Amino acid sequence: MFPIIATRQLSESVFETTVSAPAIAAKVRAGQFLILRVDEAGERIPLTFSDWSSDEGWVRFIFMRVGKTTHKLSHLAAGDALLDVVGPLGKPTHVGGLGRVAVVGGGVGAAVAYPVARAMAAAGDEVTVILGARNRELLILEDEFRALPLKELVVCTDDGSAGRKDLVTAPLKELCEAGAIDHAMAIGPAIMMKFCAATTRDFAVPTTVSLNPIMVDGTGMCGACRVSVGAKTLFGCVDGPDFDGHLVDFEELMSRQRVYADVEREAAADFESECACRIK
Amino acid sequence: MRERDAKQRAKSFDEVNLGYSDEEAHAEAMRCLQCANPTCIEGCPVNIDIKSFIAGIIEGDAKRGVEVLKARNALPSACGRVCPQEEQCEAACVLARKGDPVAIGRLERYLGDLDLACDLEHRCRPDIGAPTGRRVAVVGAGPAGLACAGELARLGHAVTVFESLHAAGGVLLYGIPEFRLPKEIVAAEVEMLVEMGVEIVTDVVIGATHTVDELMGEQGFHAVFVGSGAGLPLFLGIPGENLNGVYSANEFLTRVNLMKAYDFPRHDTPVWRGRKVAVVGGGNVAMDAARTALRLGADEVFLVYRRTEEEMPARKEEVHHAREEGVEFKMLCSPVEIVGRDGWVTGMVATRMELGEPDASGRRAPVCVLDSDFVIECDTVIIALGTRANPLLTNAAPDVELNSRGYIVAGPDGETSKPGVFAGGDIVTGSATVILAMGAGKKAARAIDEWLAGSA
Ligand SMILES: Cc1cc2nc3c(=O)[nH]c(=O)nc-3n(C[C@H](O)[C@H](O)[C@H](O)COP(=O)(O)OP(=O)(O)OC[C@H]3O[C@@H](n4cnc5c(N)ncnc54)[C@H](O)[C@@H]3O)c2cc1C
Ligand SMILES: Cc1cc2nc3c(=O)[nH]c(=O)nc-3n(C[C@H](O)[C@H](O)[C@H](O)COP(=O)(O)OP(=O)(O)OC[C@H]3O[C@@H](n4cnc5c(N)ncnc54)[C@H](O)[C@@H]3O)c2cc1C
Ligand code: SF4
Ligand code: SF4
Ligand code: FES
Repeated sequence: MFPIIATRQLSESVFETTVSAPAIAAKVRAGQFLILRVDEAGERIPLTFSDWSSDEGWVRFIFMRVGKTTHKLSHLAAGDALLDVVGPLGKPTHVGGLGRVAVVGGGVGAAVAYPVARAMAAAGDEVTVILGARNRELLILEDEFRALPLKELVVCTDDGSAGRKDLVTAPLKELCEAGAIDHAMAIGPAIMMKFCAATTRDFAVPTTVSLNPIMVDGTGMCGACRVSVGAKTLFGCVDGPDFDGHLVDFEELMSRQRVYADVEREAAADFESECACRIK
Repeated sequence: MRERDAKQRAKSFDEVNLGYSDEEAHAEAMRCLQCANPTCIEGCPVNIDIKSFIAGIIEGDAKRGVEVLKARNALPSACGRVCPQEEQCEAACVLARKGDPVAIGRLERYLGDLDLACDLEHRCRPDIGAPTGRRVAVVGAGPAGLACAGELARLGHAVTVFESLHAAGGVLLYGIPEFRLPKEIVAAEVEMLVEMGVEIVTDVVIGATHTVDELMGEQGFHAVFVGSGAGLPLFLGIPGENLNGVYSANEFLTRVNLMKAYDFPRHDTPVWRGRKVAVVGGGNVAMDAARTALRLGADEVFLVYRRTEEEMPARKEEVHHAREEGVEFKMLCSPVEIVGRDGWVTGMVATRMELGEPDASGRRAPVCVLDSDFVIECDTVIIALGTRANPLLTNAAPDVELNSRGYIVAGPDGETSKPGVFAGGDIVTGSATVILAMGAGKKAARAIDEWLAGSA
């Protein structure tokens, strides 16, 4: 069992959980993820580490409430525990020696972008962060980013309620046009990563994306997480989650992410109706 | 042995074989000639004293029978069910010459189950040696790791098993389906190991959470046994393989067995339940996937294999059961493309094959028949072509020598190129069998015992 130390609600549908997991905390590097199971009947779901402390023995993740498992998670509080937490899984993000980097975090992807930007800055890269959200309410971790030694923080919202009224690709394109970046890293929904990669491709700016295919074991055993990169089929959990954004087949990724969309929706609806009466 | 009716069982995850009653077991045991030179024993990879355990049944002394079994095999209920007996002990029985060997596997299962039916404290347990003060880490709670752990505990060493999944059992748990090997049997066998003092720590990936060097260093283990199994599933490398509805057998079986997707939404993990399912392959894994697909409600399940039934590596019993339950065999077919619409599988294009000259393995190699492509309509494809070595652990232990295919190079007793590190099971041999993995684990345990004595 992995005791929950603290929880925090960051926006209507985004939550942060901190759990005690000393063995894992000792090993995490930016860009890696964990797999958790809430309870005995639970699914194994992957979430990226948003922060950790090896001294204090905790790890933290930020998740968007989308389906049954993330609903269950959002109802847990300090004092509860998670049945299983495994990690750190996946290859760490490459940091250092990149030069001038733009790190783009869209939506809950900001949670993953945070440790990545921090690690890049610590490794001597010059980091510009572009944060995107639909509106001010959904914007997360802005203060945390402001506390990092960044070159610049650009905030974009779809409706202009915070920062620029733009998609993240607009400032990214300006940076490319100005010749101001040597590398880009995009983390967020598949569609956002796809357009970021399309933007940088014209300028031949190498671009890393952090993919989120459906996973089961997270250790290379099942192949659920396979993605097409260039002419190759690779496994998201052991070969990634970071890949060359210019080579990824995003259409296939998005299609594969929807395999269970219909059944999951029913399960979540069932759960919410039960759950509503339980938490009244 | 009695079986559930094929029509009924094809929709149910209950075990197919019902096991012997006392009378049936006794009658079968009476067929054993109690040979002066029991050739059967040679046929068993772990040399169980088959003659003596059968004598136990004949004489009505089940307890002794169980003790004889357990002296060599920590998981008799599992092996009695899944060993390829027809190629091993039963093939070597003198009565096999007349075509009707003693049903050794079923008798083994009978005794194993009798033992498991008792309360924990009344179960047969090996004597545990005096504590040696030595600590051994075992990586992987599959048959190799569990057998090694049991033997080490018996020898008085303190054993900790690290398992990356959330439960112990390896392929016995996530691969082999409930209707062949009920999961409560695996759990009970694991329970006994814990009772014997073995510590099992789940949710730990060696190579990620800890490395082998850390186990031997700051964690203070005196030796390590690696039984991490085979890993990454192989795919065909043909177009359309990443369409929705295409599974590796590992993923499909893991969702259903380990994650209990057959019970969705009460269990949270979903699985796509196809109506027309094509399974590619001819081994036990392919049979398990095909029979599982039927149980999830498929109307039609095709088994697509490049050679003929004769060359299929699956156990005869499994082939027979699959056919009886309604799996349709499409032999001498090789998939060339998976086709789909809107991202989902709609069919598989296959080409017809014929058997040519024998290849290196002595089997006649299939060759394509020109212009013979045809389409198998299906909404699910399950690929059961085997696995390759998982690099996760071995990448993190660069000083353990690997062969060209990525498997660990180990000597006859499991010793690797790194002092104090031993290995066995599928991570050494590639996909093999439960009993070979257990045999390797047990042998390595004795070698570890000697190594620990030498390095004291
Ligand atoms: C490497 C990786 C890192 C991730 N990091 C984060 C993160 O930091 N924060 C965050 O909010 N989300 C993250 N995700 C996505 C997260 O795993 C899914 O949102 C979560 O599994 C949804 O589960 P659910 O039961 O609540 O929803 P469901 O209703 O089950 O699913 C909603 C959608 O989530 C995706 N999903 C479902 N099950 C899985 C699964 N087992 N593996 C992967 N995706 C799945 C599918 O696209 C699905 O359509 C990450 C995914 C991956 C692969
Ligand atoms: C579907 C299927 C059906 C089969 N049917 C039969 C049959 O009927 N008869 C038969 O004899 N054999 C059968 N086999 C083969 C048999 O199951 C295997 O040969 C046997 O399980 C190998 O045992 P093992 O202990 O080497 O590996 P595994 O059973 O694979 O166990 C390895 C364990 O190690 C864990 N692990 C892996 N990496 C790490 C790591 N880095 N850190 C921690 N833990 C790790 C894994 O999660 C797993 O639990 C079948 C196999 C499959 C897949
Ligand atoms: S372990 Fe397998 S091969 Fe050995 S006697 Fe038992 S069934 Fe036969
Ligand atoms: S060879 Fe057959 S008949 Fe002879 S002892 Fe063994 S099981 Fe009995
Ligand atoms: S999640 Fe199973 S192989 Fe990647």
